[in-house]
Amino acid sequence: MEKQRKAVALISGGLDSLLAAKVMLEQGVHVEGINFYTGFCVEGHTHAIRKKDKAKPKRNNALWSAEQLGIKLHIIDIIEEYKDVLINPKHGYGANMNPCLDCKVFMVGKAKQWADENGFDFIITGEVIGQRPMSQRRETMPIISEESGAEDRLLRPLCAQNLPETLPEREGWVNRDELYDFSGRTRKPQMALAEKFGFDDYAQPAGGCCFLTDKAYSVKLVDLWASRGKRDYALDDIMLLKVGRHIRPREGFKLIIAREEGESNFLQGYKKQFTTLKTISHNGPLTLLDGVADEDGIKLAAQIVARFSQGREASEVEVEVADKGQVQNLVVKPLAPDEIQEAWRV
Amino acid sequence: MIELDARRLMCPMPVIRTQDLIKTLASGANVRVTCTDPGVMHDIPAWCRINGHLLLAAEEIEGEFVLTIQVGAMA
Repeated sequence: MEKQRKAVALISGGLDSLLAAKVMLEQGVHVEGINFYTGFCVEGHTHAIRKKDKAKPKRNNALWSAEQLGIKLHIIDIIEEYKDVLINPKHGYGANMNPCLDCKVFMVGKAKQWADENGFDFIITGEVIGQRPMSQRRETMPIISEESGAEDRLLRPLCAQNLPETLPEREGWVNRDELYDFSGRTRKPQMALAEKFGFDDYAQPAGGCCFLTDKAYSVKLVDLWASRGKRDYALDDIMLLKVGRHIRPREGFKLIIAREEGESNFLQGYKKQFTTLKTISHNGPLTLLDGVADEDGIKLAAQIVARFSQGREASEVEVEVADKGQVQNLVVKPLAPDEIQEAWRV
Repeated sequence: MIELDARRLMCPMPVIRTQDLIKTLASGANVRVTCTDPGVMHDIPAWCRINGHLLLAAEEIEGEFVLTIQVGAMA
């Protein structure tokens, strides 16, 4: 009996990777999924932060995909290694701070390494030629295969018929005639294939699955780097970019002001690391001060925080400022709306 | 019982920590994971189902989420 071949599938949680893995399973290949966590994934924690999102199911779509397919899923933390991909992308950025091509090369390379270590024969992705403007183009397909080191062990079942034969096809591990020739931005072929396989509840993320493709998020990341004078970050930094209103009234510090209760609760977890401000004479959001502020800066911060409290129209608002166990109360006049400069908003 | 503290971690980090710990354990071992992200109540049971581990309990205790897992033979 011929040996059953093993493929590791990059599973993002979206429809394309779900279909690519299913196509392989239909051909009798043993498939296991791999999912990479960069810290910028829209999946996961952001659902838990904002109260308004609590009505939405907190489903992790990669896990859900694996369960639909009946395959194992290995989730890999690549937060540290990913920094170099984001900070020094060889192929540059897309429309925002998204290094999509370098990201794909990196992830396929990691999958190749995992496949080698675990005795898997080849790697599959849900890539489709022309689907994404930066990373999924005819010219980028060979770049990903070559620079990742996967070479012809990288198979894209959804568009394989538009690409040169790969090792699994040449060796007869998979039947090329039963692969697909999808191309372009249309989703119709994928939706038809999903219907054929009986998938009717798949995720369709409108803006992809990564915060780096988001303009507002990217602006905050660039501001973070500019304010620190270096392009670096910790996980907490990139988590906090997803939360609250960010206002930088002085070069040396910015305020992260919770927009609702869920965000206030989330920011509570950072009270030991940051100076915090909270109105006590009126209800108001918890605010973190990121950076260093002198006495005048603290007063200005308190006035801004008062502006976003229930006391915004009051003549005086009392604000508690806590810094590593030291607490002081300030009585301030809230800033008027036009005193909060547009340029301060990050 | 092996304890894993995954408090203050947001999903999928508690799942990753659970997965990485379980990888080192023998079949039949019991693990109790304590988390603060409510997302774990969905994600860890799903991860157990697809990877062949047995979820013995998933409870909310004083605002924390505590999941007890028996490492499966498929691990």
